[in-house]
Amino acid sequence: MDFNLTEDRQMLADTLNRFLGEQYPVEHRIKVAYDAPYHDPAKWDQLVELGALYALAPEDAGGMGGTGFDISVVFEALGKTLTPEPVLGALMASRLLAAAGADQDALLTGATKYAVGITEIDAPYELDQIATQATAKGDGFTLSGRKSTVYGGQIADVILIAAKHDGGLGVFAVNAADANVTGYGMMDGGGAAEILLDDVSATLVLADAEAALNDGLNAGIVALCAEAVGAMEVTHATTVEYFKQRKQFGVPIGKFQVLQHRAVDMLTEIEQARSIVIKAAAELGGDEASKYASMAKNLIGRAARLIAEESIQMHGGIAMTWEYSVSHYAKRLIMLDAQLGDTDYHLSQVMKVNAA
Amino acid sequence: MDLSYSAEDLAFRDEVRAYLAENLPERISDVVRSGAELTKEIIEEWHAILNKRGWLATIWPKEFGGPGWSPVQKHIFEEECCRAYAPRIVPFGLSMLGPVLQVFGSKEQQDHYLPRILDGTDWWCQGYSEPGAGSDLASLKTRAVRDGDEWVINGQKTWTTLGQFADWIFCLCRTDPDAKNQEGISFILVDMATPGIEVRPIKLIEGGYEVNEIFFTDVRVPIGNLVGKENKGWTIAKFLLTHERTGIAGVGFSMQALEEVKAIARKTMRGGKSLIEDPLFAARVAQAEIDLEAMKITNLRMLFKAQEQGAPGPETSLLKIKGTVINQELKDLARRALGPAAAPFPGHVTEGNLMFGPADTEHNAARYFNNRKTSIFGGSNEIQRNIVTKTMLEL
Repeated sequence: MDFNLTEDRQMLADTLNRFLGEQYPVEHRIKVAYDAPYHDPAKWDQLVELGALYALAPEDAGGMGGTGFDISVVFEALGKTLTPEPVLGALMASRLLAAAGADQDALLTGATKYAVGITEIDAPYELDQIATQATAKGDGFTLSGRKSTVYGGQIADVILIAAKHDGGLGVFAVNAADANVTGYGMMDGGGAAEILLDDVSATLVLADAEAALNDGLNAGIVALCAEAVGAMEVTHATTVEYFKQRKQFGVPIGKFQVLQHRAVDMLTEIEQARSIVIKAAAELGGDEASKYASMAKNLIGRAARLIAEESIQMHGGIAMTWEYSVSHYAKRLIMLDAQLGDTDYHLSQVMKVNAA
Repeated sequence: MDLSYSAEDLAFRDEVRAYLAENLPERISDVVRSGAELTKEIIEEWHAILNKRGWLATIWPKEFGGPGWSPVQKHIFEEECCRAYAPRIVPFGLSMLGPVLQVFGSKEQQDHYLPRILDGTDWWCQGYSEPGAGSDLASLKTRAVRDGDEWVINGQKTWTTLGQFADWIFCLCRTDPDAKNQEGISFILVDMATPGIEVRPIKLIEGGYEVNEIFFTDVRVPIGNLVGKENKGWTIAKFLLTHERTGIAGVGFSMQALEEVKAIARKTMRGGKSLIEDPLFAARVAQAEIDLEAMKITNLRMLFKAQEQGAPGPETSLLKIKGTVINQELKDLARRALGPAAAPFPGHVTEGNLMFGPADTEHNAARYFNNRKTSIFGGSNEIQRNIVTKTMLEL
């Protein structure tokens, strides 16, 4: 039993925290996250140069990491600074390419930006409800359907699409230039795209892809949960710091027990959140990965909402302003619930495991 | 990052598991499983079995007759004991006074009292809380006044767990009424057979009897029964409370409770189907299970930290808060799962038709009510929040 990071991962965490701390102060983040292209291309290049993407892929896929713990280290750092760079799409694409045994050098070097299109508006989380259809045509395929909230889709070169194929699901590569891609900014910063596919030509990356898609989703869930832990810790620390600065009735508001106890409860939930992410990260790639990913996403959904809403409430008016960092952290914490399955969806997944 | 036990720890776990399978009598584990109150005889029998193996004083170092376990080994032992439905080791002598004497006691006190704790000669109880000093323990009023080579004690203690079985009580007494609250307190050992002591039972919410009021009227004990220095008892009190909080998350007990909930819900019928298939109920179970799964890791993380740093940190307060909340939620689910079958007062329905589940469920509602205590004792959850506010939030 050892809950310390390995030396390599600690170095990775230190490097990323230093880089993002310097390069992504919250004022900068607010500036780039809400205007097209909804991230900072120059910083993205630097992040790639630091090797952040290599940490997400295993060695046999050309990377230097790829375990749940590598993923959680990277995303916790991203979460601390609310970095709106499209790393999630890169991670999930990397998992799918690795499952297919496909070359992913272009992804890891940053030469090609990938996004992953699984979600549909009538199938936000469930693979078995996907309606997008692949049809064989000549040597290749065409895809028809619509993919929604494709994170990072606004700047992607290639989008990996999950579509019905041969009685199951396949993963197909589509050049963004060939599809009808409408990029937009999101409520909590960063960008996504709606992708209309009308007989768009596509390359089959992987057939019978349910297992690979589930693995990609599980990796994405570990990433989002770790991101949330980073964001929750900063939000909590900011709130406690504000307790010491802000005076009302002649005393710092942190002297009021009604606030102290709520701050302790937030801390308890953050520790629980960190624990369940560790568990989900440890199980990633194993037989019970989906169960623990669902447990993590459910607990994180509840904890993140508590931290976001309580932080706003206990700050008072200041956290309602665009200018103050907590408003942006709170938005991210709330909105990530709807990414890759929300609190209720993942509770129902755990219930299914229990019933089986 | 590695969540698994070492090969050594796994071997230890197997050893404990095998020992329990061999040496824990089924008639005892059946009583534990049923949730009925344990008799003094059962507790003493179980203590003696463990003591024979050298596993009774789980947190004592070897030099005092303990097994010298690491925090992880102690955790594994407790986990296995829960898994086997062994009685909980009564902590007052073994986990509270023992460590106090080892750190603050004189050589004579150690030589005299520690072996008697181990072999069960002395049953100890804890004289801390008073009617006017609960969460605000330092405001305690029980007086000890020196008279020649004796202390004369007057006052009242309360919530004294299993005091009805006790041979001795360790007491916090005020020895300097003029000093600030924390500074005039001493830690004194009192023989329960001393004239002037009266024990009165307190009947609890569920009808059970496990706590007492203890009255002291001109109780005379030798000067040598003081532990540590006069007026320095608060330091000991705080030291002891830290030990009280180890293992306080009660993960093993919550795992028992979760199994019980599921077992009951599988057999309970609602709307022509098993309750476990009811989505509302299943959702509540699943959520508690998720919180417990996280708690297991939180517990191990704190253990790992305690092992690395040599002592549990203030995070144990977080464990106490969340661990008790999860346990209480599970007890609530079990009671709900039984529905009307939880209604009969224990002992009132003796024919088998209302008994079902993994054990008889006669004591189910009683356990639910009794377990409300866990968020109150050992420093209420509100006091734990105050501790975290000071130590971790630094407010």
